[in-house]
Amino acid sequence: MRQDHLISAANLSREGIEAVLDRAAAIDADPAAYRQRHAGAVLALCFFEPSTRTKMSFDTAMKRLGGTTVDMGTVESSSVKKGETLADTVRVVEGYADAIVLRHPSEGAAKMASEFVDVPLVNAGDGAGQHPSQTLLDLYTIRERAGLDDLSVGIMGDLKYGRTVHSLAHALTNFDVRQHFISPESLRLPRNVRFDLHESGAQVREHTELDAVLPELDVLYVTRIQRERFPDENEYRAIAGEYRIDEETLAAARDDLSVMHPLPRVDEIAPEVDETEYATYFQQAHNGIPVRMALLDGLLTRAKGGKR
Amino acid sequence: MSDHELRVSKIRNGTVIDHVAAGQALNVLAILGIDGSAGEGVSIGMNVPSDRLGRKDIVKVEDRELSQSEVEVLSLIAPEASINIIRDYDVVEKSRVDRPESVVGLLSCPNRNCITNDDEPIASKFTVVDDGVRCTYCENIVRDDIADHLDVQT
Ligand SMILES: [Zn+2]
Repeated sequence: MRQDHLISAANLSREGIEAVLDRAAAIDADPAAYRQRHAGAVLALCFFEPSTRTKMSFDTAMKRLGGTTVDMGTVESSSVKKGETLADTVRVVEGYADAIVLRHPSEGAAKMASEFVDVPLVNAGDGAGQHPSQTLLDLYTIRERAGLDDLSVGIMGDLKYGRTVHSLAHALTNFDVRQHFISPESLRLPRNVRFDLHESGAQVREHTELDAVLPELDVLYVTRIQRERFPDENEYRAIAGEYRIDEETLAAARDDLSVMHPLPRVDEIAPEVDETEYATYFQQAHNGIPVRMALLDGLLTRAKGGKR
Repeated sequence: MSDHELRVSKIRNGTVIDHVAAGQALNVLAILGIDGSAGEGVSIGMNVPSDRLGRKDIVKVEDRELSQSEVEVLSLIAPEASINIIRDYDVVEKSRVDRPESVVGLLSCPNRNCITNDDEPIASKFTVVDDGVRCTYCENIVRDDIADHLDVQT
């Protein structure tokens, strides 16, 4: 029997999201109760591009559930370098582990890999595609701060290539959230994401400037604009400068605004913001552990049930 | 048959693809992988007046009958098309194209970074949406430019 996987935030339902977030809250409240919950279980970490933080986060989450992890290592040292297909890699790894976490540079990689394995597979980022476990911890953080209904959420920065943005936008359509997308014209949301938002009937507006919407936002989710997207260094600087947040920018914001960021940041949020009540990004990063524990707990528990 | 349509001569055996949206005739040929190099007779009528479409294109291909999968892909760029199979000057089979729910293995994904363009043991797969097709893997949508992404069929 095929197990369930976490591939795209587009597949998440409100019920599914709330189940994970509730479980994460329970883990947060009493981590000791979960310490031996998956003793003996093995999680495979298959990272085809480097992401120390996401990998550490899954590694930690699995160990706090009493399980262990096996790590494919870097691509340079693995058989991938010798031309093995991803399909073969995951079929081999499936024999070692009870679940697989996959990070891959190609869009659709996780979807494809999931078709070849019977253990649960979690997409930890596929190219510019999706990053749904990040989305779950983003939602957990938003829920802690402001609840998940009757909200205005601004999402700013590189909306074109930002997979965390694509996943979050999809997931937010399950809730009563007004979504504001703020980016330079050249980095606006890709067509397929706009299509999905439109299909879902979400309340969506696009802006090129933050000023117009900042005062009504409950949450401002900032992402990095990457230098390599611009052929010209000056053009990059001009644009990146316009989408940078500091205390002065935030003077027009509501007092209870939460500023979020998937991290790592470069200079899109000035360090002075860290000391303010707005700064939510470090808490957001810490939430990765209970949320990923909850996610893995759900998948591993259901997988066991399925095999019985 | 009206006077206008007589501009395109009758064929003895083959396929007549009628009610193609005006301007799409050459894309239809591209989909079918027909460039005349195999010596087959090909006639095209472009911007022919049509009751149903205002203007339409017609493509007649001699000595060739379309397969079901060819018709399905054809439907993506010519949703109103009707297919007439001709044998000995008679229409032996007349059908409208139906938009399929999905198209497997016939289109390549235009997203260069899509896993289907890596060397993996999978066929491309697209679901058909309102005004285009969508890659099942990378979720990108292809619209007007579908014909540009056809894997050449022979
Ligand atoms: Zn694709």
